[in-house]
Amino acid sequence: MSSTDASLSLRVTQPGPIPLAAQFQCAPGDLLALVGPSGSGKTTLLRAIAGLYRPAEGYISIGDETWLDTQRNICRRPQQRRVGFVFQDYALFPHLTALGNVMAAMGHVPRHQRRDRAREWLARVRLDGLEQRHPAQLSGGQRQRVAVARALAREPRALLLDEPFSAVDQVTRRRLQRELALLRDAIEIPMILVTHDLEEAGALADRLCVLHSGRSLQSGPPESLFRRPASAQVARLLDKHNVFSGRKVMENGRACLAWGPYRLEVERGLEAYREGGALQWYIPPSDVVVHRRGRPSNGERENPVTGVICEFIVLGGMTQVSLGFDHTSETLRFEMSTHGARRNGLAIDVSVDVSLLATGIHLMPSDEG
Amino acid sequence: MDWTALWVSLRLAGLTCLFLLPVGLWLGRLLAMGRFRGRTLCEALVALPLVMPPTVLGFYLMMTFSSEAPFGQLWQQLMGEGLNFTFNGILLASLLVNLPFAVQPIQRAFEHVPRHLREAAWCSGLSSWQTWLRIELPLVWPGVVSALALTFAHTLGEFGVILMVGGSIDGETRTLAISIYDRVQAFDEAGAARMSAILLIVSFVTIALVYGLTRRGRGVRV
Repeated sequence: MSSTDASLSLRVTQPGPIPLAAQFQCAPGDLLALVGPSGSGKTTLLRAIAGLYRPAEGYISIGDETWLDTQRNICRRPQQRRVGFVFQDYALFPHLTALGNVMAAMGHVPRHQRRDRAREWLARVRLDGLEQRHPAQLSGGQRQRVAVARALAREPRALLLDEPFSAVDQVTRRRLQRELALLRDAIEIPMILVTHDLEEAGALADRLCVLHSGRSLQSGPPESLFRRPASAQVARLLDKHNVFSGRKVMENGRACLAWGPYRLEVERGLEAYREGGALQWYIPPSDVVVHRRGRPSNGERENPVTGVICEFIVLGGMTQVSLGFDHTSETLRFEMSTHGARRNGLAIDVSVDVSLLATGIHLMPSDEG
Repeated sequence: MDWTALWVSLRLAGLTCLFLLPVGLWLGRLLAMGRFRGRTLCEALVALPLVMPPTVLGFYLMMTFSSEAPFGQLWQQLMGEGLNFTFNGILLASLLVNLPFAVQPIQRAFEHVPRHLREAAWCSGLSSWQTWLRIELPLVWPGVVSALALTFAHTLGEFGVILMVGGSIDGETRTLAISIYDRVQAFDEAGAARMSAILLIVSFVTIALVYGLTRRGRGVRV
């Protein structure tokens, strides 16, 4: 299929002034979310793709078109790149109407067709009837839709979205996210979304790329990143809490994970570490199973650990529980229904037995190593 | 009523606006957006006529325009006539004196155009020239109108520099402001009053026009 040829590839490096060492790919129809804290270089990378920023070294191509190749001294101007860019503040032209804004991006369309085509784009983002409004007369959500329509009206080879939902209220944000999810089904070009909202990234994107200080640390489908971060740093950047230190030991001829006094079974990954070697491990909160008090079951034999509740936070129907242990200052966090927590008699300072499911334990190289 | 002086004034003001418009647009944009060494110095030089006493400025210009000075000599060789006591001389002086009035309002207007708008225009496929013409110019238009009106009104009222460089030659360098001064010197107060009234009306209409146009333009300010 020709569409697979139209993937966007990026590889950029530069020591400063904004340090960059990033690389990723995005297939047509895929939405790649660049996530990371402020100053991690997300927006700079987006600007580099659009041709608004020239990194010291790098290569950016889409399909058979090379947009940037510093070795061959190729750097196409933004006008030659055909990108649809939705800016954080939308950057609508304030003196033009919604229709005028969309028509401004249609230089490639014969003059007599522009008006009708622009109307069609506005109708696609459900703005029919508002064509003659100026940006100042539109709500935040409507402005964002004009910006999306303008970006798409360019018939771009890639769609770039720079925190497109950050300037609107929560309700509008949810609605616009839904609309983007619907719209993207109809778009067969690579889409790159910059966001610092992990929930948003996880919900909308096919793939995430985690950035820190301009470096791409890990790329992959959200679920795999959330469950199997490549390093403790990635886990922390993805706001994952349950990261601990341990070491590999042999017990009764079997490799297992030593965590304080506990010897934990791990389904996979231990073979990659040497015996006695320090490592870090992560367990998703969903793989922490609370033992029911007074009603033992077979599942309780799987990696049982005992901790004392040091934090008990009720958030509506769900409760967040943190367990403290004698051997570490780190806490184990998991969520359960408030109803279930109460029925189990969970409260601050109560001792609780939990199982850490062997399938959920994910091993990562130690930060020190 | 000295109609010739009015005509000299209007011609001087009109030509000053005409020549300073492209300079103001270029320099105003450069100072607002350019990042280059010596920008502050450049800004200070543009603003200098605002703080210099007109007679001092006029004196330096007169010296520069003199046929003994290199610039005056060069001009004489190229154009066949000197600059002092000619219309060209007061026009050149007027261009320098009015530089801050033409540049600063346009510079402020360009400073208010967000960088994202230009980038959005480029990403929309507009060339740099199209971006300037279709996006930047409509947005800085109120600044341009202010610059033109201030330059026009200020040229009409300019006295010290014109007197130093041009003197008071009928039909050549005697502007309305100088003619008023001459009439007062000749105790023709009625004549001076009529011409002052005309200057007052022209200045008022200009300023009213600026406010009117700026207000109309306010709807599109960002």
